[in-house]
Amino acid sequence: MQLSNRSKKVSNKKMTFAEKIYLPAIAGGLSITLKHFFRKNTATIKYPEQQRPMSQVFRGLHILKRDEEGRERCTACGLCALACPAEAITMVAEERKKGEEHLYREEKYASTYEVNMLRCIFCGLCEEACPKEAIFLQNNVMAPAFFERDQVIYGKDKLVEPVKKV
Amino acid sequence: MWCIFAKTICDLDYCMILLLIKAVIILVVFGITLGVATYSTWAERKVSAYMQDRIGPMRAGWAGLLQPLADAGKMFFKEEFIPASANKWLFIAGPCLAMLAACMTSAVIPFGGEMELFGEKFLIQAVDINIGILYVFAVVALGVYGVMIGGWASNNKFSLLGAIRAASQNISYELAMGLSIIAVIMLTGSLSLNVIVDRQVQPLFGIGGMNWNVFYQPLGFIIFLTCAFAECNRTPFDLPECETELIGGYHTEYSSMKLGFYLFAEYINMFISSLVMATLYFGGYAYPFMDVVAGALGQNIAALLGFGLFIGKGLFGVFFFMWVRWTLPRFRYDQLMNLGWKSLFPLAIANVVLTGILILLFQ
Repeated sequence: MQLSNRSKKVSNKKMTFAEKIYLPAIAGGLSITLKHFFRKNTATIKYPEQQRPMSQVFRGLHILKRDEEGRERCTACGLCALACPAEAITMVAEERKKGEEHLYREEKYASTYEVNMLRCIFCGLCEEACPKEAIFLQNNVMAPAFFERDQVIYGKDKLVEPVKKV
Repeated sequence: MWCIFAKTICDLDYCMILLLIKAVIILVVFGITLGVATYSTWAERKVSAYMQDRIGPMRAGWAGLLQPLADAGKMFFKEEFIPASANKWLFIAGPCLAMLAACMTSAVIPFGGEMELFGEKFLIQAVDINIGILYVFAVVALGVYGVMIGGWASNNKFSLLGAIRAASQNISYELAMGLSIIAVIMLTGSLSLNVIVDRQVQPLFGIGGMNWNVFYQPLGFIIFLTCAFAECNRTPFDLPECETELIGGYHTEYSSMKLGFYLFAEYINMFISSLVMATLYFGGYAYPFMDVVAGALGQNIAALLGFGLFIGKGLFGVFFFMWVRWTLPRFRYDQLMNLGWKSLFPLAIANVVLTGILILLFQ
C-alpha cells in the first residue's frame, strides 16, 4: 500500500562490470577521504581550554540560594529528599536560635545538607519540589570529576551560595 | 713470506671494514624499521583524525609526537594476564613469533645502490642473497604462525575463530600474491631483489631510473597490492581481528606488551610490505634522472638520495595502507574468499600467461 510518495523501489539489478571490479568506487572513496584530510576546519573542541556553549536549561551542579538579605532560604522541609528518585539528598534540621535571624530566613534550617554526587542523576526534581526556591541546578557549573570516594558527598560548605560582598 | 703476511693483514683489514659497514647498515635498517613502525601508530591516529575532521593526539609532546612513547609506557605497566586454561608457553611464543617474523624480512631488501667508502664498494643492504624474494615469502608465511599459535593457545573460541580466519585468509591470498610476483620474475629472470631493482634502474624513453615494473605489470601490481592488504590483516581484509563479531579476534586474551607486540608487528609488516612493493614495482631505490645525479654529484650522493627516496616510497605505502583503512569498510568473510579464489587467483594466472606471451612476442 502506498502511504506516501517518498518510498523508493528497491532495485535488485545486476552490477555492471565497472561496479563489479570495485576499483572506480574505491578511487572515489579515497578521493573523498583525501579531501577531508586536507580540510582545515575540524569539529574538535579542545576541552579544558575551549568550552562548548551551554544551554540555558542545562542542569549542572546544585546550589543552595540565599535571599536578598543574604539569609539561607532552605528550611529543611525534606521535600527535595522525598522527590529525589536517586535518594541522593540527606539533611538534618535544626531550630534557629536567637541572634541567628540574619543567617536563616525561617525558624527551622538545615544544619547539614548533603548531596551524593555519585547517586545524583541531575534530573532537577529537587528544584521543582522546593517550596522555598532554595535549591537550584546551575546552568553554567558542572559537577567536577572525583578521584576519591570521600570526595563525592557535597556538604553545605560546597553547596550554599557564597555571601555577596557589597 | 713477508708478502703473504702483509696480504693477510690487508685481508683482515678488508674484512673488518666490510664487517663494520655491514654492522652499521644492519643497525640503521633495523632502527629505521622499528622507528617507522613506532611512529606509524602515531601517524595512524593522526591520519584517521584528519580524515574524520578531527585533530588526533596533541597533548603528549608537540603535536602528540611523544604519544608512541606514552603508549609503550602504558603497555609495559599494564597487568600481564595469562588465562588459566591457556597453553602458557605457546601463549608467550605467539607474539614473539609474530614480532620475529616481522623483523626478519627487512634483511634482504636492497635499501640503496652501490656506495664507495674507504676504498670498498658495497650495497646498502644487510644481506645479498640470490633468492631474496623467496626468503621474503618464506618469512612472511611464517608470520601467520604467530597469529595462529597465539589464537589457539588462548583457549578461547573467539581467538580460535580469529586464528582460523587469519590462517585461511593468508593461505588463500599468498597464492595470488606469489603468482603476481612470478610475472615480475619472468620479466627479470632472477629471484634476487638486487637484480630486480637493477633492471628498473635502466632508462625508459631516455629517462634514467624510470624502467619501473609497474609500467609493465599494472594488473600484477593491483593483485599484489590487494594481497598485501590481506597478508597484513589490514582493512578491508582485517577479519582476523574483526571487533564486531570476534571481540578482538586472535588477540582477545592478550594484554600488556604481548598485545603491544602483535599490534607493533602489524605496523612493521605494513612498512616492510610497502618496501617490498616499492622494490618490486616502483623501482626500489631507482628514481628519475638517477644517472644524471650520479654524474653531477658522484655515486655516493646518488646512492644516498636513492636510499632516502626508497624510504619515502615505503612511507607513502604506509600512508596508503592507512588511507584505505579509513575509507573502506570490512569485507564479509565469504566475499573475502570469493575475491581471493574466484577473482584474484584466475586474474593472476591470466597475468602470468599474458606476460609470457608478450615476452615471447617482443624478444
